[in-house]
Amino acid sequence: MDLKDLYRDVILDHNRHPRNFGRIEAADGEAEGHNPLCGDRLRLSVRMNGERVEDIRFEGKGCAISTASASLMTEAVKGKDRAAIQELFGKVHALLTHHDAAPDATLGKLAALSGVREFPVRVKCASLCWHTLNAALGHGAATISTE
Amino acid sequence: MAANVSPVRPAPLDAQRVRADFPILATTVNGHPLVYLDSAASAQRPLQVLRAVEEYETHSHANVHRGVHALSQAATAAYEGARERVRRFINARSTREIIFVRGTTEGINLVAQAYARPRFKAGDEILITALEHHANIVPWQMVCEASGCSLRVAPINRRGELELEEFLKLLGPRTRLVAVAHVSNALGTVLPLKRIIEAAHAHGAVVLVDGAQAVPHAHVDVRALGADFYTFSSHKLYGPTGIGVLYGREELLASMPPWQGGGDMILTVSFEKTTYNELPWKFEAGTPNMSGAVGLAAAMDYVESLGLTAIAEHEQHLLGLATAELARLPDVEIIGTAAHKASVLSFTMKGVHPHDLGTILDAEGVAVRTGHHCAMPVMTFFGLPATARASFGCYNTEGDVASLVAALHKARGVFS
Repeated sequence: MDLKDLYRDVILDHNRHPRNFGRIEAADGEAEGHNPLCGDRLRLSVRMNGERVEDIRFEGKGCAISTASASLMTEAVKGKDRAAIQELFGKVHALLTHHDAAPDATLGKLAALSGVREFPVRVKCASLCWHTLNAALGHGAATISTE
Repeated sequence: MAANVSPVRPAPLDAQRVRADFPILATTVNGHPLVYLDSAASAQRPLQVLRAVEEYETHSHANVHRGVHALSQAATAAYEGARERVRRFINARSTREIIFVRGTTEGINLVAQAYARPRFKAGDEILITALEHHANIVPWQMVCEASGCSLRVAPINRRGELELEEFLKLLGPRTRLVAVAHVSNALGTVLPLKRIIEAAHAHGAVVLVDGAQAVPHAHVDVRALGADFYTFSSHKLYGPTGIGVLYGREELLASMPPWQGGGDMILTVSFEKTTYNELPWKFEAGTPNMSGAVGLAAAMDYVESLGLTAIAEHEQHLLGLATAELARLPDVEIIGTAAHKASVLSFTMKGVHPHDLGTILDAEGVAVRTGHHCAMPVMTFFGLPATARASFGCYNTEGDVASLVAALHKARGVFS
């Protein structure tokens, strides 16, 4: 277990300077994610163009893993359609939970999250934003809780 | 015999010797020797407790209060002996006032359901403080929902102390019950219990004290305090989990209906009429946690052998040292700076979320609690999602404080 695997430069950078931080005024979808264990809260807003996520922002307070994961996610899904986002979520989920899986080559910067799987109690921090995105896109409840 | 004997000061605690009693402290965590600073969540158990439980399980176990055979008698003697041990530990008048429960949470729920709920009505008030653990909030909300009475909350100040004047103003003829922590789990604040109880009694209210965080750090005398109900858990007192104590004044307990029905809590059962058992068994339906009670009694023997005053002085020394060390770190803020505190040091570090702090400290072998400490209203009051919390027990040392400080420097390094 090496802290450098968890807190990689990409993670620290996105924690310090979160991308797409804020809220979209006329959003097509919004959802709130909550991790009661650590008090993390996250609000996602998306603007759609048909099936495609045209813009996405997030706001809230959370640990470095949850903030960086949300920031990385917004960069990764912007411009993608629902089907591609679902596929990406599947790959991120595998990255966070499967111990020996080599990061999928198409994950790009999201691969920086691979260290999280060595810290099982932190997996929820990284996956909260993805579950919240699912809710914002209209799949499931509008408020997501990890517990 | 000398006519003039000066009071003997207890010997100071020898933490190194104490540590030898706790095998788990030899654990290595992530390549580092364990530095256990989470006793406020659950304390570790000494060999004396582990052996007492093993001895009971090996030689004395059968069901209690049932058989005429030897082992049943031995188990009953062990279980009822533990009850007497608890009575002495908190100086209750009678073992009829000692109810074994699963823990503090169950103790509070018992009083909520068997004392408050049947007798409180719309217009009645239950008064708590803004410092309470969820276990001393939610059971009362459930009573309010069922009975129509209302919950009032006395505020705290920025140091994390109860605003006593405001508390006294909230007391009135409608106040039926006051439920307060003896020591705040999230901040370590020690509440002015004698003042609270006297004032509550002057208004005819009964008082329940959540003593979960107090019994490991101070000698608690329920009669001197005047508490009507006092409840605590074994596992924060170096005993096993799954057992705790509800003390209640006998006349109150006698006036309450049972809250769970079953075996052991009855005298006779027929389909027409059942008569309930006497105190304390009226409140102990089903086979109880005998080995837990034996372990708890051994834990009480253990802390008294060290001396509660010596333990308290040792912990105060470590708390003072850690407070001073953390106060020197410009990016650390101590949350909860009450004049009177016990064992607990809650804090935040600028630029490092408590959850990240917990992970980084763990990588250094330092175990602290991070989160809202089951006291979300306290976190909301301070405008924080969470804090990190170090808490000290009889086995902690100055070296543990130094390890905490070193790990905090490490955390800053990761995030700078």
